[in-house]
Amino acid sequence: MSNVPTDLKYTKSHEWVRNLADGIVEIGITDHAQHALGDLVFVDVPEAGRKVTAGEACAVVESVKAASDVYSPVAGEVTAGNPDLATTPEAINEDPFGKGWLMRLRPASSAALASLMSAADYEALLKEEGA
Amino acid sequence: MAFIPHTEADVKEMLAAIGVTSIEQLFDEIPANLRVKSLAGVPDALNEMEIGRLMSERAKADGRPLCFIGAGAYEHHIPSAVWAIATRGEFYSAYTPYQAEASQGTLQLLYEYQTMIASLTGLAVSNASLYDGASALAEASLMAVRANRKSKSQRILVPTTVHPHYRKVAIASAANQGLRFEEAPFLPGRGVVSMDALTQYEGEDITALVIQQPNFFGALEDVDALTNWARARNILVIAVTNPTSLALLKPPGEWGDGGADIAIGDGQPLGVPLSSGGPYFGFITTRMEYVRQMPGRIVGRTVDLSGKPGFTLTLQAREQHIRRGKATSNICTNQGLLVTAATIYMSIMGPQGLERVAAASHARANELVSALTRVKGVRVAFEGPHFHEAVLLLDRPVAPVLKTLAARGILGGFDLSEHYPELGHALLVCATETKIRADIETYANALADAMKAAKAA
Repeated sequence: MSNVPTDLKYTKSHEWVRNLADGIVEIGITDHAQHALGDLVFVDVPEAGRKVTAGEACAVVESVKAASDVYSPVAGEVTAGNPDLATTPEAINEDPFGKGWLMRLRPASSAALASLMSAADYEALLKEEGA
Repeated sequence: MAFIPHTEADVKEMLAAIGVTSIEQLFDEIPANLRVKSLAGVPDALNEMEIGRLMSERAKADGRPLCFIGAGAYEHHIPSAVWAIATRGEFYSAYTPYQAEASQGTLQLLYEYQTMIASLTGLAVSNASLYDGASALAEASLMAVRANRKSKSQRILVPTTVHPHYRKVAIASAANQGLRFEEAPFLPGRGVVSMDALTQYEGEDITALVIQQPNFFGALEDVDALTNWARARNILVIAVTNPTSLALLKPPGEWGDGGADIAIGDGQPLGVPLSSGGPYFGFITTRMEYVRQMPGRIVGRTVDLSGKPGFTLTLQAREQHIRRGKATSNICTNQGLLVTAATIYMSIMGPQGLERVAAASHARANELVSALTRVKGVRVAFEGPHFHEAVLLLDRPVAPVLKTLAARGILGGFDLSEHYPELGHALLVCATETKIRADIETYANALADAMKAAKAA
């Protein structure tokens, strides 16, 4: 059974969003997603300053099994990509909701987060998908 | 690996299994208006006897001329062992195997090839080859755009000393993907990139600078100064090189203070016959940090479950079958047979053999230039060092002179007037180790006659 922290927001494409201070949000992929991908070998994160739209592919996670795009849950401007993932992609497997964060961004609108899924909704989605 | 085509019965059985009656039905999702009705330009099939006859007639029409044309494809001696080994049944295929890991011998050969090319160019990683040198420049330009994250302009600076056909192919392949290729001029009288001309790009966003060494004129660029200029401005350096010359010249990985970022070229000089222009193969190497931006197949060495060494295709998440539209390139194969020949050629020659070929070619080219410039009305176009090619200036149009020479069985060089009208009556000549002193004398004597016969400008 996947770990689904209750203080985060989620997307159907298995990203999580954490509200940080100063209106910045942190984004990563869920425990379920890292488990489905298997051992990660390479992660490509966006550069600070990049403007992304909601649903735009902005990072790539590559495992021994597959390479997948990560989609930005909300529109905004990237403030940081996780620099440690270049040398330690396994951080996503080991700590998907912590050290394995992919990027931080400043949402274009503070209302955007409201449309994301709650932990309960996401758990229901996982159940539906048979996870 | 055996390749046994499907029989008609196999095909019927497979169609029945998926509930279709004909192969044609499998394509019915393609709208009729997008289909080619007939292939009018393609002649009917010939049987083995007929095609054999046609090909010998065409080969006879080529004759056995004395060739002094280089311009991107070079006549070198190919030891008989190269093609005797390359055409063995175990090797003789143009394809990268589809069930790759079942063909360990092929993968090992490609791995050895990658190791040799990476070592020649002084860079960390090579792929299993590309189609040819010109398409390799297109791939390298697209790769530079992906790799240079500090640049947003997609502008590639290409000096006019880079092979004109390479420039044309790069533009044809990559311009519609948003890349802009901008020409930088060469120094008149020197035939190398003008450093002064580069100052106009100061402070501008340029993605990559292409440097060909030796350049299209056979001249040697100041690769250290050019590389340092580019790297100081966050411009990636794409080196275009002749693999034979790398036995003598500094490899791209050691250019300037930090080295070139990507090296490409045509592998034809390594054991591939001229064959009227192809097939040849292209190579591409890069730094380890850019390996995921590299196109094409890459073979890696690994161990199996019981710890025995083996070979495998690796980093495949760059490729079409996994990444689809976001793959680094639409190339999904390599020039297997030509690479096999080149790997055998490099193994037979060794570093010292390749160095002797390069040194002999350089010496023969110097003798050629001395002999030809003793002919009245012929002089050297550019001062400065060159490898095994040089540009000559005639005091009359080049084409009629070449025609007279051809009638005497001599291919006298590459007429530059179409691509470089500003040079006047310019002729690019080449000599490799295959030209002995008597060949050079034959050419010089024939040139003296041809110059007399041709009208002065």
